[in-house]
This record gives sequence, C-alpha cells and structure tokens, in this order.
Amino acid sequence: MKRALQLFALLLPIGIVLAACVHLVRLARGADLSTLLPAFAGSLLLAGLAGLIAVPLGLAAAIYLQEYAPKGRLTSLIEWNISALAGVPSIVYGLLGLEIFARTLATGRSLISGALTLAILVLPLVALAAREALRQVPKAYREAAFALGATRLDTIRYVVLPMSSRTIATGIVLALGLALGEAAPLIVVGGFAFVTFVPSGLGSAYTALPLQIFHWLARPEPEYLARAAAAMIVLLVMVLGMSLASLVIRVRAS
Amino acid sequence: MKVEVQGLRAWFGTHEVIRGVSLDIHEQCVTAIIGPSGCGKSTFVRCLNRLHELGPTARTTGRVSLDGQDIYALDPVAVRRRIGMVFQTPNPFPNMSIYDNVLAGVRMNGLLPKEPETLVESALKQVALWEEVKEELERPGAHLSGGQQQRLCLARALALEPEVILMDEPCSSLDPIATAKVEELIHGLGERYTIVIVTHNMQQAARVSDRTAFFYLGELVEYDTTDAIFTAPNDLRTEEYITGRFG
Repeated sequence: MKRALQLFALLLPIGIVLAACVHLVRLARGADLSTLLPAFAGSLLLAGLAGLIAVPLGLAAAIYLQEYAPKGRLTSLIEWNISALAGVPSIVYGLLGLEIFARTLATGRSLISGALTLAILVLPLVALAAREALRQVPKAYREAAFALGATRLDTIRYVVLPMSSRTIATGIVLALGLALGEAAPLIVVGGFAFVTFVPSGLGSAYTALPLQIFHWLARPEPEYLARAAAAMIVLLVMVLGMSLASLVIRVRAS
Repeated sequence: MKVEVQGLRAWFGTHEVIRGVSLDIHEQCVTAIIGPSGCGKSTFVRCLNRLHELGPTARTTGRVSLDGQDIYALDPVAVRRRIGMVFQTPNPFPNMSIYDNVLAGVRMNGLLPKEPETLVESALKQVALWEEVKEELERPGAHLSGGQQQRLCLARALALEPEVILMDEPCSSLDPIATAKVEELIHGLGERYTIVIVTHNMQQAARVSDRTAFFYLGELVEYDTTDAIFTAPNDLRTEEYITGRFG
C-alpha cells in the first residue's frame, strides 16, 4: 500500500509533465523554430547577466551576515528583511525596475534594464541560499582554522567557502532557473513583444521566452499558437535542465 | 615559565566560568588539567590561545603571558600561530586531502615552504602517521579512522612549529587502541614542546603528564607535579576527585 502510494507520488508529476509535453508537441507541429531564437538568446542573456550581478552581491551579503555581522537585533532585522524580499511578488520588482532603472537611470526598455530587474528579484534568493549554506558549515572547522592562526578572511577562503560551494551553487542555479521563467517583471519593465533579432548589446531591445509566449498566446492566428507551444517546450527544457544541474551538484556534494 | 596565567576570569554572558585562576606552565613539559565536567577546564585552555573570546557573548579578563609577553596585547592571529590546538572531536578539513590538511596552517598564514613535501613528511612522521598514509596523501583527510584523523590534526598543528600545544580532551572520541597511540605521542612530544592537555580521564593524566592542575567550579584547587597530586594531594577535594568519590 505504502509502496503503491510512493509510486503514485512519483509518477503523478512525471505523468502530468509528460502529458503536457505531448500536448505541447502536438500543438507546436509546424512552428518555425527560427522565430524562437531572439527570445531564446534574450532569456539566456537575461539570466546570465542577472546572475553576474546578483551572485557576487548575494554572496557578499551572505558572507557578511553569517561571518562578520555582530549577532544582534540589527542583523536579525536585516535577515528578516531579506526573507521578506524573497516573498515579494515578482511584478512588484518589475515596477521597481521600471522606476529605478528604466526611468531614473534612463536605461529605458533595454536588455540591461531587464537584467537588473531580474537581478534584484533573485538577489534575496541567492543571499538566503548562500547564508543557509554557510550556516551549515560546522563551527568545529572554523575553530580549527582560527586555532591555526588563520584570519577570518582566510578561514572563509580556505575552509568555509570550499565546504559550502556546492550547496551555494545549487541555490544559485535554482534561483536563476526561476528568473528564466519570469514574465511579469519583464512585461512591466519593458521587454518587447516582437523582436526579430538577437540582442546586440546591453542597450539593445530584447524579448524573453516567457514574454514571447505571453504575447503569442494573445494572438488569434494558429501559427502563433504553434510558436508559443514550441517556446514553452524550449523553456521547460531549460528550466528542467537547471533543476537537473542543481540535483547533480547536490548529489555529487554528498 | 613558558606561559604565565594571572587572575584569569572568563564569562559566557553573565555566567562566570573561570573565577580567577593563576597558574604557571613549565616549558617542555606536559601539564594536565583535570576536573569534573563543567569545571571550566576547556574554557581555560581556550583562553590560552584566545579562542574563547570568539563566542558571541564570551569575555575574558586577567593576564596570560607567553615568554613574558601579554598575549591579550598581541594580535590574536599571531598568538594562535605560536600556540597550536587539538580539539575534542577530530576535525580535519573535509574539503582537503591528507596532504593539504597538513599544510593548511602554513598555507593560510602565507608560510608555505619551497618544498612542502618535506614538511608534510616530517609532520606526519612526528605523529607516526607517515607509514600508514604515505601512499594515499591525496585522499580526503576525513576518510581516515578517528584515531588517524586525530593524529592528522596533531600533524596539522605541528606543521606550524608551535611553541605550545593545547589539547582539549584529544582522546575522548577515540577507542582504547587509538587512545594509547595518541597518549604515547603526547608523552614523546612533551620533550620538545610545551603541552597543556585537558582530560576527564585521571589515568590518562597520570600516564602522560609531568604536572597536573585540578580545577573545580571554575577555580584552581591544586597544582603540583603529577606524582604529588596523585599520591599526596593537599586538598580534600582533590583527594576525593582522584579517588573517584565525585565527578
């Protein structure tokens, strides 16, 4: 009975995804795949740039909070704040990005506006994941390093970070996977509905897969439906690929 | 005197764990710190390399000097380089091989020698581990047995050529055979290094140490040669403890 339940729990999500895929593949038949390229490239660039911005910041925040900050009310408040930020709906980040980047910094409807917006969206997730990973390094190893005359920075560099790097990497990959699937903040901050070229630079117009899917689905012509379905498959494969990568990292860590 | 402790007091928050201890540690000599659980013996040695103060609410007052220099006036990093430590639970760095574990201290201090292999070999030989691991120096240090891990930790401390080695119940997680090996090492190393060993095992104190200090409730009750402590203690509490009437 228990075995059957376990099997059911395992097969149910796989079955749903498979059924959806079969349906999508049928819908996507005949779609012109070359039309997906701008959105595919846009998604990759957005996630990559967001990672480049958010990972160093998030990691630095986590290291500061876990290794340097005095344990007190202010630190707890900052931590609570980060957890709260991780729960803010993504569309709100879109509005924030629109105001700060697109308008105040005058980056407009460019790739960098989108990337910066996604970066602040994943920043709390990266910081939380990294903080948790650092926290899991037992005190005994920190003390061992200190007792050898290591400075705090050396302890972090030679012991704490190497011991937690895989867990941190898992968190980063999952956070970027999330960024890859976001449409709402990009709609607000000004991703374009129709872009027929791969972004050429930071100031270039861009679109992304989820954004493209959203716009294509809104159109009545059947060929756009086919394209949207094909884009969904590509997006699914990318996100599942990220999850798989994080799983591989985690399994190899233990 | 190698290490002189005067009026040392230490706290965790408002709880005073060491209540004014003065004690001189002789050079090239094994000093054992004994006493029942919670008597402050671990905290005491952690004050000698300024590890105690790393706790969020920990505080220390009093004077601890190494070769006449107040260690609380020195850079704690420099102090810990000269005063090595082996912990209760073996803690070789799990992200490093046996080889890298031995070199961890020198590497983190930017003191890596030109021929690190020689240093690794001599440190491992000093702890009688070389013959057991020389073929597998690249294996993770954490894959060794408990006793081997503890000897690796000792080698890691020795690689920095410390003047004093603190040991906080180094055998409490080891089996009797591994314990015997480590005890033999401590006894031998006592001829070259100044060693302070915390133990709750009185037979161990009697076997490895030259001098013994008995701590009780955060105070130093009695301190003398190990022979004197175990054969003719002055204080009633010492006598009751070593005869097993409490603790």
